[in-house]
Amino acid sequence: MAAKEFDIPVLPTYLEIPEIKEGIMEGDGPFKSSEEFQNPLGFPGEKVDNWQEVAIEKMGELKSKYRSVQVFLDSCVKCGACTDKCHYFLGSSDPKNMPVARQDLFRSVYRRHFTFAGKYFPKLVGAKELDDKMLDDWYNYFHQCSQCRRCSVFCPYGIDTAEISMAAREVLDAVGVGQKYCNQILGKAITIGNNLGLPEPALRDTLLDLEEEIEEETGIAIKYPLDVKGAEILLITPSADFFAEPHIDGLIGYGKVFHEDGVSWTMSSYASEGANFGMFIGSYDIMRKAALRIRKAALDLEVSRVIVGECGHAWRVAYSFWNTLIGVGAGATDEFGLKLQNQLDSRYPQPQHIIEYTHDLIQRNILKFDKSANDDRIVTFHDSCNVARATNMGGIPNGQFILPREVIKAVCNNYVDMERSTIKEATFCCGAGAGLLTDDLMEIRIKGAMPRMQALKEVEKSDGVNTLVAICAICKSQFSKVLPKFDFDPYMIVSAHQLVSEAIIMKKPQTDDSAAQIAEEVTE
Amino acid sequence: MADILGADVDEEGFLVNLKDWTEEIAVEMAKGDEIELSKEHWDVINFLRNYFEEYQIAPAVRVLTKAIGKQFGKEKGNSKYLYSLFPYGPGKQGCRFAGLPKPTGCI
Repeated sequence: MAAKEFDIPVLPTYLEIPEIKEGIMEGDGPFKSSEEFQNPLGFPGEKVDNWQEVAIEKMGELKSKYRSVQVFLDSCVKCGACTDKCHYFLGSSDPKNMPVARQDLFRSVYRRHFTFAGKYFPKLVGAKELDDKMLDDWYNYFHQCSQCRRCSVFCPYGIDTAEISMAAREVLDAVGVGQKYCNQILGKAITIGNNLGLPEPALRDTLLDLEEEIEEETGIAIKYPLDVKGAEILLITPSADFFAEPHIDGLIGYGKVFHEDGVSWTMSSYASEGANFGMFIGSYDIMRKAALRIRKAALDLEVSRVIVGECGHAWRVAYSFWNTLIGVGAGATDEFGLKLQNQLDSRYPQPQHIIEYTHDLIQRNILKFDKSANDDRIVTFHDSCNVARATNMGGIPNGQFILPREVIKAVCNNYVDMERSTIKEATFCCGAGAGLLTDDLMEIRIKGAMPRMQALKEVEKSDGVNTLVAICAICKSQFSKVLPKFDFDPYMIVSAHQLVSEAIIMKKPQTDDSAAQIAEEVTE
Repeated sequence: MADILGADVDEEGFLVNLKDWTEEIAVEMAKGDEIELSKEHWDVINFLRNYFEEYQIAPAVRVLTKAIGKQFGKEKGNSKYLYSLFPYGPGKQGCRFAGLPKPTGCI
């Protein structure tokens, strides 16, 4: 298993537009999915014989189904504003990683088959045939896009490369050329209920283990309930929170917060995954299939609130799609969606992010902290792309930037932001979103992390930053892998709720008496 | 498809059929990664195999470190120790040697 040799980028003092190195990231792309992983999702097991025909037909279908795709394909004027905005281009120097060039892989074929000029004068308008080489380029370069949408922030026409990237991947799946990492995971998510393939007994055992550990450490019996019917809150969190480091310390934090609030909550063994890779491969149907498990769990457990844990694209799917997809939020039209919509308590945001939940408790003085518990840390926050550019928190403009920072500042004394052009709506992706968090893509992951690492290095030098906080499972895993490549401590990446967990002062749970008293005060 | 001592492995070096596993295969896989399996390695490999037999999945990192710490001494109950045995990660490299499927997900 000799991996390809490559140079790890040297962190520059200032982020500059690199000199182009054509073809440096050419290759076969990530491991391809086999029949075993393709078929359960309804995709052909291998490249079909009439793949060109199938691909063009699929493009036509997508163009009419998603008007946005057609608008994005038609409206680019090649102004060049996006060229130096992609972390993969900045880190790799491959011109095909400029967002416009990446889009053009798809756009040139679109022009050839779906525009008048491209059909009759292809050379004049840069229209190209979809041949083997082009399909290979699609597979390779659309798996060097993390669908982070930084480029779209700078596009004067608002063209969203992520949507084009999703469309391209959807066409690739339709012709039988899928990615192993995403499709293997999706198979587990829609049959077992989470990306890991963690069955109920293993999940239960892991949670019991965690309860035991926390009780040993704190002396308080904090519970991690599973499949509790009638609980108020259903927590949907990425399964990495059960399994990986540093994620699990965030899960410990959620549990402590719920415990302090005295609320009843549960997780579901049937829907034990917040992540939804259906979005990454551009398939609305599979995204829905994965999300429907959450609807079933919410209905079966009769919960009145759904809260989402620290996962970037899960929050995008939840915030932007769950309303019509499964009835969490307003807009469901089918029977069960409406049923869930009516079941959920409309006095709370549905869905709600765990950061919003904790933030609200802080605002209402329900949580108490000893901030000095985090005094050994000088903290900065990495805005995760999907949270930053596709969602909101707290229902206030820019709430998705404000709330996480306010939570962090409420639990630690030393906080600094990274350079303004690398955070908030302009945040650099961690380098592994949208199905790139796999070992076979390590080269592009490391190169793509360079711009984020450069900004981090700056605040390490200027302010002594030693802790990086993220609220996304992919970001956390990616950083623990790539940080050491850039001379950082791999353990400096933590969950926001790990900091919460370390600073929170636990008291006895609120008794029924005091809850009743508060209720009385409110009615007076 | 590549094989190790006649047993098929996938592109990432994991056994295709888990029941093909033998101790010799583990030794051979380790050799490929320039690791000589010690008793300490085997303690972890055996734990992984037992856990898998019970739960049909590899243990969470936290569960693994805790269990190793409990069974073989507190100083061994941390990921640093496990990484010293399996530099590519106890989850991924350890599972491969133990004949378990590769853990997947956002990990």
